[in-house]
Amino acid sequence: MSTLTVHDHVVSHHEEDHGHHKATFLNTYVFSMDHKMIAKQFLITGIAMAFIAMMLSILFRIQLAYPDKAFPLMETLLGRFAPGGRLDSNFYLALVTIHGTIMVFFVLTAGLSGTFANLLIPLQLGVRDMASPFMNMLSYWFFFIACGIMLSSFFIQKGPASGGWTIYPPLSALPKAMPGSGLGMTLWLISMIFFIASQLMAGINYVSTILNMRTKGMDLWKMPLSVWALFLTAVLGVLSFPVLVAGVVLLVFDRSFGTSFYLSEIVLNSSQVQPFEGGSPILFQHLFWFLGHPEVYIVIMPAMGISSEVMSVNSRKPIFGYHAMVYSLIGITVLSFIVWGHHMFVTGMNPFLGGVFMITTLIIAVPSAVKTFNWLATLWRGNIRFTSAMLFAIGMVSFFISGGLTGIFLGNAALDINLHDTYFVVAHFHLVMGSAAIFGMLAGVYHWFPKMFGRMMNERLGYLHFWLTFIGAYLVFFPMHFMGLDGVPRRYYAFTEFESMKQWLSVNTFITWAAIMSALAQLAFLFNFVHSIFWGKKAPQNPWNANTLEWTTPVEHIHGNWPGEIPTVYRWPYDYSKPGAEHDFIPQTTPLSETMSSNLPHDFEDNPIGLEEHSKWTSTQKSNEEVK
Amino acid sequence: MLLGTNVLFAQGTGAAGATATDAVKDNGLATAGYYILLFLIVCFIIGIVGKILRVFDLTQQIQSKNPINWDNVMGVCCLIFLIAGAYGAYWEFTVQGAMILPDAASEHGVKWDEMFWTTTTLTMIVFVVTQVLLFTFLFKYRHNANRRGHFLPHNNTIEKVWTIAPAIVLTILVIFGFFTWQQITDNVDAKGEPASINVDITGHQFAWELRYPGKDARLGKTDYKLVSGTNKLGINFKDKDSYDDLQADTMYLPVRKSVRLNIHAQDVIHSVYMPHFRVQLNAVPGLPTFFKFKPTITTAEMRIKLDKPNFEYEILCNKVCGGAHYNMKKVVRVVTEAEYQAWLSQQKPYLTDAIKKDLKFAAEKKEVQSNRLALNN
Repeated sequence: MSTLTVHDHVVSHHEEDHGHHKATFLNTYVFSMDHKMIAKQFLITGIAMAFIAMMLSILFRIQLAYPDKAFPLMETLLGRFAPGGRLDSNFYLALVTIHGTIMVFFVLTAGLSGTFANLLIPLQLGVRDMASPFMNMLSYWFFFIACGIMLSSFFIQKGPASGGWTIYPPLSALPKAMPGSGLGMTLWLISMIFFIASQLMAGINYVSTILNMRTKGMDLWKMPLSVWALFLTAVLGVLSFPVLVAGVVLLVFDRSFGTSFYLSEIVLNSSQVQPFEGGSPILFQHLFWFLGHPEVYIVIMPAMGISSEVMSVNSRKPIFGYHAMVYSLIGITVLSFIVWGHHMFVTGMNPFLGGVFMITTLIIAVPSAVKTFNWLATLWRGNIRFTSAMLFAIGMVSFFISGGLTGIFLGNAALDINLHDTYFVVAHFHLVMGSAAIFGMLAGVYHWFPKMFGRMMNERLGYLHFWLTFIGAYLVFFPMHFMGLDGVPRRYYAFTEFESMKQWLSVNTFITWAAIMSALAQLAFLFNFVHSIFWGKKAPQNPWNANTLEWTTPVEHIHGNWPGEIPTVYRWPYDYSKPGAEHDFIPQTTPLSETMSSNLPHDFEDNPIGLEEHSKWTSTQKSNEEVK
Repeated sequence: MLLGTNVLFAQGTGAAGATATDAVKDNGLATAGYYILLFLIVCFIIGIVGKILRVFDLTQQIQSKNPINWDNVMGVCCLIFLIAGAYGAYWEFTVQGAMILPDAASEHGVKWDEMFWTTTTLTMIVFVVTQVLLFTFLFKYRHNANRRGHFLPHNNTIEKVWTIAPAIVLTILVIFGFFTWQQITDNVDAKGEPASINVDITGHQFAWELRYPGKDARLGKTDYKLVSGTNKLGINFKDKDSYDDLQADTMYLPVRKSVRLNIHAQDVIHSVYMPHFRVQLNAVPGLPTFFKFKPTITTAEMRIKLDKPNFEYEILCNKVCGGAHYNMKKVVRVVTEAEYQAWLSQQKPYLTDAIKKDLKFAAEKKEVQSNRLALNN
């Protein structure tokens, strides 16, 4: 009922509005409240941030590959951050920190969820716009401000925050502890508060839109997995981000107002006794990881949902075990709140607590395993079309397996003793949440590009992009496992000071060149993306022969998405290659009454009248056959 | 594509032109320009190959032959990736796998190694099976216009199997891991069995400080408020146990004796990481922690075993702590009991003359102290 009223209201408004609601450049492209435009804004900002963070990573990779070599060009470009053409060790840490922060929060949280939740939730559920378009716009602009503040820290004297993206106090709390803990850290904290505000506004919007505004017939069990994933991601974000605000605000207090929430018994420079007493640095870690762990699922779940959708469409097969896929997402969502302690096994936390967190952590591997097997089963006996999007979705699965399995090592408290904070961890999370999530995001970009921009991307350039990136990522991160097993710690500026690490210098050079190759491959994407926006081939309405609702909207974007009434949904989104059907796909908007030849008894689970009709139809078919 | 590369190419030549003028003062711009030019040439070639493929495709279509079947090409690529990847992984495991840490040099480390190899075996089986399935499926079920996918929305039996199977495997790993973890972290002190040696290790930017108990085998109390230029650990010299506490530059440990590392930090979080012993614990200001372990292989034995005459055990800092984090180390030598005692007798006490002066020890108190030392002797 509520969906009907909303839709009538919007339609009537839509017609009245033409008189006084002029579309200007400002309200169409800048302060737009249209979810499709906001999605594009998030995407383009996300891509820009990703390129910046990628360049930062290349800078510190060069330092790791050639720790003794001076690059005068670096001094020309970076000035005091690279005196004599060698990166300053504090600036190296700043690069690592900002690379991590941008990638995790700005690219894989806002860039990924922001783009696809805004684009897909209304389009795949049959909604004219988000529940609160104004808040949606604010969410983007808060995100934009956060990006600006974060990047501005490169232009201050002491440089950006540099205590690692986890900003553990006391390092981040004491401006004297390192240059980056001065103004740079203040900017980091302010930026993060804007970012969290943006995420909360976005998340509340996503959840309320999904729960209240679905079109007629679109019950929760008819939603595509992409929307399920985005929904659970938004729930996770809304519940966990506020805890980070609490942590961050207390850190602001410690830094600026002389409190001691995280500080205790501190002596600087071996002689300056500080007045802090009674705080606990571990408290911050608890607060941080209470967000931080759900955060990695905030990053990976949309990628999972997008990949599920893309793989089903391009395998021309229903996703295997749709219910199991949803329940495993729910399982991951719930469990992700009680595993944060596995980041803290070696902090000196009570060992018993470590044991408990180890158990919960290894339990979360079960739903992840189920998802992997279901993806494999989806591919089995499919009719696989290799679109660029499909390749990236496959890459996501491959990375998820490779990186997920090493999680079984790190989730084990005993093994974590020797692997904690080594390159093994770096390899693990770059594969499982870095590469996997970015591949999910790229799959989404290639798949929904026609929906976003009305044009097609170049598939062959997409193939080139995929193979270079896929191979490059494995070349970069696979050797890191072995470095970690040799006890090489992460966040080391150079491997030259320890005799035992010198054997890895050549491997580091190799990794750096692999990273440069992968980075250059991204230019193929950038060129393809920009070129296709303006000069790509015009997209047909349903280029991938997909079932979901977004492909029933016209190619040219209109305010309100559908010109007439919003279509009604009659079936789940995965009727691909259904036996007896005319085509190998049946859109969600096709009523079961039009596809009598392909209906299965299973389609009428909650619909006794329909089932009766179906059995009547099959029996008449049978008797007809007999007559013949 | 061509248009784009042309534009880029023009920019590239512009940059190259600029390099010529700056050649006198070599700041690497010429080299960078060279690489950029190289990259642009590669882009150009890729663009040309793309155009050739497109022309080929179109001529095929005009002659009503089949255009390039990209689904087949990609399917074959997946198969090639699988084979090349399998070889690459094999190469990594044999070459770089041989570069990892040697067997554990501590008692609990042996258990860690067992746990590690069990986990590795199980996960590698899953890794190989799933990746092989993934890429063979991609090759085998690549698109064919005459075929339809197999409509298989779900199968409850098989889903139950692959929910329960990983659950069982993980339960085994959890139980095994839980007991290993318990054994390693078990507080033996609580059972009234104190460690043979107590060693204090304190991290600060960017060094580790060591403190050994003297003859009384007990470490004196510390208080961070007492830290000063002369008393860098803030040892409370009112505590008699502290009088004979020794400072050391290198951590000597007797072999096959249990050691209790008392871990402290002064400024920011550090992490005591001794990879050969499978020991790691964070050093947190305000939160003293400890790690108990028993080294089993002496440095000399390890040198012979690894055939590295300069081998040393090391303590690394493994929690980012500032600019010189990468260079915060301490050498550890595991020696025989006799060597250990000989070394210990040469170490200097923390209670130096300067500190005595600082503390304004009265003459009579000094006497008391020397008596005490005499008594101990």
